[in-house]
Amino acid sequence: MNQPPRVGPAGPTAPTLDVDALLDDPGIGIIVCCGSGGVGKTTTSAALALRAAERGRKVVVLTIDPARRLAQAMGIDALDNTPRPVVDVDAAAGGHLDAMMLDMKRTFDEVVESQASPEKAKQILENPFYIALSSSFAGTQEYMAMEKLGQIHADSVAAGGDGRYDLIVVDTPPSRSALDFLDAPERLSSFLDGRFIRLMLAPTRGPARLIGAGFGLITNALTKILGAQVLRDLQTFVAAIDTVFGGFRQRAMKTYALLQADGTAFVVVAAPEPDALREAAYFVERLSADQMPLAGLVVNRAGAAPAGSLSADEAMTAAARLRRDEPTSTTAGLLRLHADQVRLVEREQRLRSRFAAAHPQVATAVVPALASDVHDLTGLRRVGELLAEQ
Amino acid sequence: MTDWPKVRLHVVTGKGGTGKSTVAAALALALATRGKNVLLCEVEGRQGIARMFDVDPLPFEERRLTTGLPGPDGRPGVVHALHIDPESALLEYLALYYKLGRAGRALERFGVIEFATTIAPGVRDVLLTGKVFEAVERNSRNKGAIQYDAVVLDAPPTGRIVQFLNVSNELAGLAKVGPVKSQADTMMTLFRSPRTAVHLVTVLEEMPVQETVDGIAELRSVDLPVGGVVVNLVRPQDLTAEQLDATDPETVSADLKAAGVEADDALVESLISEGHEHAERRALETSQRAIVAGLDVPTYELPRLPQGVDLGALYELAATLREQGLA
Repeated sequence: MNQPPRVGPAGPTAPTLDVDALLDDPGIGIIVCCGSGGVGKTTTSAALALRAAERGRKVVVLTIDPARRLAQAMGIDALDNTPRPVVDVDAAAGGHLDAMMLDMKRTFDEVVESQASPEKAKQILENPFYIALSSSFAGTQEYMAMEKLGQIHADSVAAGGDGRYDLIVVDTPPSRSALDFLDAPERLSSFLDGRFIRLMLAPTRGPARLIGAGFGLITNALTKILGAQVLRDLQTFVAAIDTVFGGFRQRAMKTYALLQADGTAFVVVAAPEPDALREAAYFVERLSADQMPLAGLVVNRAGAAPAGSLSADEAMTAAARLRRDEPTSTTAGLLRLHADQVRLVEREQRLRSRFAAAHPQVATAVVPALASDVHDLTGLRRVGELLAEQ
Repeated sequence: MTDWPKVRLHVVTGKGGTGKSTVAAALALALATRGKNVLLCEVEGRQGIARMFDVDPLPFEERRLTTGLPGPDGRPGVVHALHIDPESALLEYLALYYKLGRAGRALERFGVIEFATTIAPGVRDVLLTGKVFEAVERNSRNKGAIQYDAVVLDAPPTGRIVQFLNVSNELAGLAKVGPVKSQADTMMTLFRSPRTAVHLVTVLEEMPVQETVDGIAELRSVDLPVGGVVVNLVRPQDLTAEQLDATDPETVSADLKAAGVEADDALVESLISEGHEHAERRALETSQRAIVAGLDVPTYELPRLPQGVDLGALYELAATLREQGLA
């Protein structure tokens, strides 16, 4: 009766992601961690960055929304949009680690200031449409993460930079979909380049004259709904932003090209849950469609497979027998825990092997769920070890 | 019975990964007792309702989804579903309130709809919440619409919920006067009233609990009504720490033999170490639970289901929520 339990069909297994080889590869200058919300992206990116630094890389990690205690442990609980050295990193191998937390509005403001004359910049920064765009536009955070990545890369990694870093690890914003990160620059560009904006800019020029009647209808409708002040603000905003717009688009395209380059590696992070793995699958497909270099998949929070071969059903049967004689039997409790754990692990394995069946080329690293939250460098080191020992 | 008898609009939020969509769906099932009509709305374009209930992707149209969880009399009410996207909401809004005629179509042609829904500050949220408001209050111009006894909103995550619901504030810098402004104010009256409750879903881990604490403070600071905290994915509580401490391998081994399991030392050891890991997690959960308890809001607990959540499990969760009084 002690045959190995049948864990579904012996499904496809994915190749293993060699994390240390990735971190040690001097040709890799950017690692982007992406995935849907709540899968442990921030922890994974911080753990990768720390491990790389302690293996001798000069690393900066750009994070978006770390847990408070983790941020404190890394010394980045103040939002000042500048990388700060992380203390207590083992520098024996010659590496170091800086960390920063992204301030989306400030990054946006800096872009505007760098692109426009001081008066123009002031006009833009004070416009209500700009304020809303820079603080709440769905996608601004993603776009600004890319912007900051581009800046740091140009300043410190690329040829001609100050050489402070040779690896940037980026944690992407907690968005609904992992794809948002890639779509954001395009969304912002296409918005700024949209028909409506062009219409607002040049209602009487060229071909726009032909649609003049339609435009009148629109402005009337908008005035009716929103009021005249809004329309005036909007026109001011559009006119002002137009002058810096060329710069925006160019920068976004440059960063996008950087992401497609060989020096970049994407790490898709997921949890062993259907939704998270579905998002991961979308993302993998999108990366390959856009010819972006995928390093592999990290599956966080996996249930630890119990040792031994006692199946869930056997354990439950035995527990029921024990409970009949002694309702509070500790052994029965242990058996039920075991059964739950076996079922959880079987389910997760099924989900992972389905993913592997559809994406057999994706190298995977599985990180078991930790009993406690990660909120210091020791915890990050532990996660780094788990990532590496596959 | 229910802790929230006056509430017509249940807003369900939570950090990503805590299972807020599952809780929203279970709550809708639990609310749909005999003769009741409940509407379950989603606003984030993920078609999660369709996936959970295994139906075709939902359009911008109220659809009968399923029957609710039967009450003591064995008879259920009906759950309807609505997928709200900002583009359709804007077009419907314009059609309901403004006889724009050609201008309406021109708005679409010139990219105004796209503009309004992607970028115009706050407008996207106002359109989504506006439709939710309409589903609760029903506009007299929306002829033949179903009157719902309760509306459950699968809302954006905790980090965004205040911004999402605080519509008049979002529009403040923008539309200071005019019909949009006054409509936003009317919406706020509902959202701030005792007829609305914002429930927060969490799991017993540090970050989600911290976000819940912050979220509650933020909701209160803008007078939005905090509902309950739903603690999701709670581990089974088969064993106490004392029991585990008192466990000795020989008893376990003997028990296993008595129950007909071939027990070698490896198995015994593995069972005991699984037990200790479980106890460690449970201890962490207990410390987080104490924080949740200190929040002074009603709390509800849903178990972690090792097999995941399927349609049947949603009804089980619904029953648990009803027993505990969320519905």
